[in-house]
Amino acid sequence: MARDLLTGNVAAAWGARLAEVDYVPAYPITPQTEIIESVAQWIASGEMAARMVTLDSEHSMLTAAGAAAATGVRVFSASSSQGLLYAFEMLYTVAGWRVPLVLVNVARAVAAPITLEPDHNDVLAARDSGFLQIHAETCQEVLDSILMAYRLAEHPDVLLPVMVNLDGFYLSFTREPVEVPDLQVVREFLPPYQPEHARFSGSHAMAQGVAVLGGSAYAFFKYQMQRAAEAAGAVHGAIAAEFSQRFGRLYGAVEGYHLDDAEWVFVMSNSFSTAGKAEVTRLRERGERVGLLRLRLIRPFPHEEIARALDGRRGVAVIDQNISVGKGGILFAEVASALYGRSPTPLVSFIGGLGGRRFRSEEFDQMLAALHAAADTGGSSAPHLLFTASEYRQMRDMLRIAHGSGAAES
Amino acid sequence: MHTRREIYKGIKDIPREEYLAAGTGLCGGCGGLLALRLFHKALGPNAIFVNAAGCLTLLAVFPFSPFRSSWLYTAMASAPAGAQGIRDALDVLIAKGRLARAEDLKIVVVTGDGAANGIGLQATLAAIQRGLDFYYFCYDNEAFANTGFQMSPASPYGSRTATTPPTATLPAGTTTHKQDLFELWRAQRPAFVATVSPAYPLDLLDKVGRADRLAGPKLFISLSSCPPGWGIEPADSVAVAKLAVDSGVWPLKEGRDAAVVHTVTPHHRRPVEEYLRTQARYQHLFEPTRQDDILRQLQADVDAYWAVVPRT
Repeated sequence: MARDLLTGNVAAAWGARLAEVDYVPAYPITPQTEIIESVAQWIASGEMAARMVTLDSEHSMLTAAGAAAATGVRVFSASSSQGLLYAFEMLYTVAGWRVPLVLVNVARAVAAPITLEPDHNDVLAARDSGFLQIHAETCQEVLDSILMAYRLAEHPDVLLPVMVNLDGFYLSFTREPVEVPDLQVVREFLPPYQPEHARFSGSHAMAQGVAVLGGSAYAFFKYQMQRAAEAAGAVHGAIAAEFSQRFGRLYGAVEGYHLDDAEWVFVMSNSFSTAGKAEVTRLRERGERVGLLRLRLIRPFPHEEIARALDGRRGVAVIDQNISVGKGGILFAEVASALYGRSPTPLVSFIGGLGGRRFRSEEFDQMLAALHAAADTGGSSAPHLLFTASEYRQMRDMLRIAHGSGAAES
Repeated sequence: MHTRREIYKGIKDIPREEYLAAGTGLCGGCGGLLALRLFHKALGPNAIFVNAAGCLTLLAVFPFSPFRSSWLYTAMASAPAGAQGIRDALDVLIAKGRLARAEDLKIVVVTGDGAANGIGLQATLAAIQRGLDFYYFCYDNEAFANTGFQMSPASPYGSRTATTPPTATLPAGTTTHKQDLFELWRAQRPAFVATVSPAYPLDLLDKVGRADRLAGPKLFISLSSCPPGWGIEPADSVAVAKLAVDSGVWPLKEGRDAAVVHTVTPHHRRPVEEYLRTQARYQHLFEPTRQDDILRQLQADVDAYWAVVPRT
């Protein structure tokens, strides 16, 4: 089948278009804007039969998205970084409404300092909200994951919104060959949304989002969400199998790269995994038995799959592109919890890729060396903060300029 | 007293149907609830109320709702955006033939003055700017009443709230003036903007009836007597709300396009002091010592307002 060169953003827009969404509430933010521009263009030209409205903020955008989904239409929206955080109250709210909308997050580091390039503090801040999360590595996976996300969200055992994450700049503005599936085949995979639980109409009066008091009802509904998210793991597996049959591309909850005989494993997510895989290939050529585990489905968190993939390894480096200040890597803590009580594999925590900072090859060498050391001394929870000597020299120069004490001497 | 009515001319014209049942958890004598009940009668049953956080959020507490119509609680800041999502979804469903036109709903944002004048104002002005076809019902009890009557931008000068207690150094209590929400809305020329009162049911119903013929944003502010916050007996709630109108403190009016029409004109306005004396939140203006300067100012503000209103 023919492939087009698409950016991650345009691939995301194609996902919405092929899902034949009814409604797209929007608010622009870099690096997401190309998604809503593409959708707006297709709606204006009649290629997409959806309604789009630009709201006054991401908070309003998510409110409109949730309310429309609660009325019974298929809803798509997109945001990023500051915008996602601005909408934060409504992430929890619409998840509690149990509305199956899909929200694309184009990852971008969070202020302060204000910046544009990606890390995962934005999307992972939403990890407790009730949104399920799929993290994509490639532009093709972005498109495919959006189609899968609607199947997952709308499944009667799930009924939770889904967030599909792609990295800003590295994926949002990078063109890759993408196979745009045929609409008829997509329709067979993803039939029109038929809401049973959430809809408003004249003859069907309904109260949604009502207050509860006393704790028991609150706990009950939150437990329902947890059970639904737990069920979503198996549902995702079934959807992935069907997707693979129809489209020939298989997406598991996690993806292994050279894992079979790997003694040392790097755990990564999203687009930087591609760079990580290249490092694995390089180290393999040197004879190192290394592999990579990419986390794709982050909510629900695939404890079983991760434990199976990592048990018995001599050492595992969890590379977090996020920082929970005062704790360390968010995914490190989650991966450790997946292994707790099941595997003595030593884990080491690394923070890298913040604000779009690239990984260096020598850092993979050093991480591997740290794993070798941990195999003898055991893992540790304290995060290693990746930063090179040359970066540090550059920073010293910039600090000198910022302090007004002149440029570097040499 | 001059009144202007077209549809609901006498008390017998008030629909007997009740869409909002009694027995809710709200305070006895809540002027906001009474106004909403009347509002709903004129609106009819096919409606959805989109709620922002406030007193009336406690109308629907699981597993009960007093409405025969639909309800969606959103958040404090973004109920108008919820209204936008529902309106758009219904339009899409009807346009695509997935919902019969007869199933369509009128959409009403229900919000207190705290949300309407502050945290929710951005989403409201944006909905007006987009020309959203919806009703906006603000029950204005002149404070954050649900959290214990703290000052809001709608709290009047000289009133006591939980966060503006009158003291020797700040004897007025609230030292700022009530935000003019009517004019804030009107600046964007919505289809309809009106003030109403639970003490003037025919005026209220008539405005809903007139607004119902118009597409676009239709905005209602009801001065809503609040027994616990204002310090009045529940049984006196309507009488105090009536005195607010009859003293000229709460003008009943409506605006369409550029024109503002006063729908109830009290030709012999009662003294503002008479209205203030009914409520504990103004007691510090009279006891232990009478604060004549503040009382004169409050009367002068009302006089100045009416001085430029054309006589009818």
